[in-house]
Amino acid sequence: MEKRIRILVAKPGLDGHDRGAKVVAQALRDAGMEVIYTGLHQTIDQIIYTAIQEDVDVIGLSIMSGAHLPICEKLMKKMKEKKIEDILVVVGGVIPKRDIPKLKEIGVKGIFPGGTPFDESIRWIKENVKPKS
Amino acid sequence: MGVARYIKNEKDEVLDVILQSGIHIKPIYTEKDLKEVGFDPEKDLALPGEYPFTRGIHPLGYRSREWTTRQYTGFGTPMETNERFKWMISHGQTGLNVAFDLPTQMGLDSDDPLAEGEVGRVGMAVDSLRDFEVAFQGIPLDRIGVGLTINAVASIMLALFQATAEKFGYPKDRISATPQNDILKEMIGRGAWIFPVKPAVRLIGDTIEYAMKELPRTNPVSVCGYHIRESGCSPVQEIAYAFQIANTYIEEVLHRGYQIDDFVRGFTFNLNVFGNLWEQVAKFRAARKLWAKNLKERYGAKDKRSLLLRGIFGGGGYGLTKAQPENNIIRGAYYALAAALGGAQTTALCSFDEAYTIPTPRAALLSLRTFQILMEEVGLRDTVDPLAGSYFIETLTKQMEEKIIEEMGRIDEMGGMIKAVETGYVQREVAKQAYEFEKGVQKGELIKVGVNKYTEGEEMEVELHEYRQESAEEQIKRLQEVKRERDNRKVLQLLKDLEVAARTEKNVMPYLLECCQAYATLGEMTKVFKEVYGEFKEPSIF
Repeated sequence: MEKRIRILVAKPGLDGHDRGAKVVAQALRDAGMEVIYTGLHQTIDQIIYTAIQEDVDVIGLSIMSGAHLPICEKLMKKMKEKKIEDILVVVGGVIPKRDIPKLKEIGVKGIFPGGTPFDESIRWIKENVKPKS
Repeated sequence: MGVARYIKNEKDEVLDVILQSGIHIKPIYTEKDLKEVGFDPEKDLALPGEYPFTRGIHPLGYRSREWTTRQYTGFGTPMETNERFKWMISHGQTGLNVAFDLPTQMGLDSDDPLAEGEVGRVGMAVDSLRDFEVAFQGIPLDRIGVGLTINAVASIMLALFQATAEKFGYPKDRISATPQNDILKEMIGRGAWIFPVKPAVRLIGDTIEYAMKELPRTNPVSVCGYHIRESGCSPVQEIAYAFQIANTYIEEVLHRGYQIDDFVRGFTFNLNVFGNLWEQVAKFRAARKLWAKNLKERYGAKDKRSLLLRGIFGGGGYGLTKAQPENNIIRGAYYALAAALGGAQTTALCSFDEAYTIPTPRAALLSLRTFQILMEEVGLRDTVDPLAGSYFIETLTKQMEEKIIEEMGRIDEMGGMIKAVETGYVQREVAKQAYEFEKGVQKGELIKVGVNKYTEGEEMEVELHEYRQESAEEQIKRLQEVKRERDNRKVLQLLKDLEVAARTEKNVMPYLLECCQAYATLGEMTKVFKEVYGEFKEPSIF
């Protein structure tokens, strides 16, 4: 049996807008993934801790406040320190087009701004992740 | 989204229209429909300004007074926000609604490590009295009502506002503030909570009690259906949940030994407008009637002022789209129309660039012009509740009323709103519906122009409001100055007094006022509360 993809859906920082995160979490669950939703107000350290504890394949950040660049920079730095760079990082939310290349540069591979059809993001994750055995 | 579901045949004839609230709309309505729903013009309608206020809370509506417009405004430093306030007022805005940045909303000072990257980003940064002194410089606080979109630390901000106004020489009985101060909706759909439910509700009780005695023109709460609807609930649930939230706050104050007529007239509501026009108008009319009935029958209110549903009915963000943003200007016009037809006292719109950025001056101005055109040119001041007597609208109003009562009953059966929130019931309901809605749009069953239909056309470049890192740096510098220049021993003592008051369940407001006057910071005061009350643990909903 194919190992299910484990994905952490996280709300980093102070932003409390979680409609998108919860909608995506349900869609990923219905697509057969194992979803762990962190809830609000997570620090980067908490997200990394949970990602390691839950042994996830993907970390998905939902950021609606516009602070995606500083947050992602911090996350990628900490992931390097903790040597978990093999975990795929994707981000969704309010992401202006012009920031997409900058995010890719820091190591965020998948960017799915609000309105991205579920099919698209789910397909991308399935194609780009290798579930740990 | 909030759009109805249209069932069509291959000839594009509409076979059925199903509102988000679940009501089916018929092709034609006649007096038979009024009979069927048991419509009684005397009991269900009456005149505007008369019980049950279906037609409006004022006898002459907009004939006697135009609505208040207050666009959500604030960013960067208090100085930048003050400039934008003055700019909006000079263009005809009649009230203020202050946007605070996330650190401020979460009770963190601008130099807190958790505030990094967020200072001044989604609203104004506020750390102490010094910031409010700058933000409200030159604003006539005895003439302009000020909405403060603040919740978990609303008690602190209200004290801060009073301290500021008094410093400027405005007597506390002349100023009119409306702190949003609705923590239960935060836990359901906005997320800016700090303390656990029960102490958070007690703080709300403190502000209501205090305002009753000290700030007669202040509306201590603005109970929000708005954000719950933004999160995915239906218009029926928006009203039902808002009313049950309001009832929770009412009961908190009644438990302290007060009479309902002592305080409830200070309650206001913040309700959403987007999606199907008829559903919104019927919702507001039904809401006014049900609020009056709720106060009269459930709580025995006798003073007429206690029965009035006063509210800001604002054009919501969720109806707007990222695709083809200019369409949002048009949507805004229709939402403003719905708000006016629904009899709003106050209104606002999410600006056309909502999906991209906080509003640029151009976008904010367009929102103001939308309201001004509606009132000055299109005729919305002409007569009160123009849709009254319509076979369709009166039938729909009665149907909405029934559904709202049903939904309120569900919360009652559960033991009230606090239980419903602590167990995650409401959050789960809302998240489920948000998911169903999104699936509907992605499948093309729910139409959103520019998103899944009529998507041709060039993409518009949207001017973005730029976040200035320098604003954050200026803010932190000012904060450090304040901490150096104030009497630190006094602040320490006052914070200790605040802690004792909080622990012994005294009304914290007078203690907060003293702390604010001594330039204690928001972070310092919040920290006291965190130590006394602890922090809210989100219930798991998956």
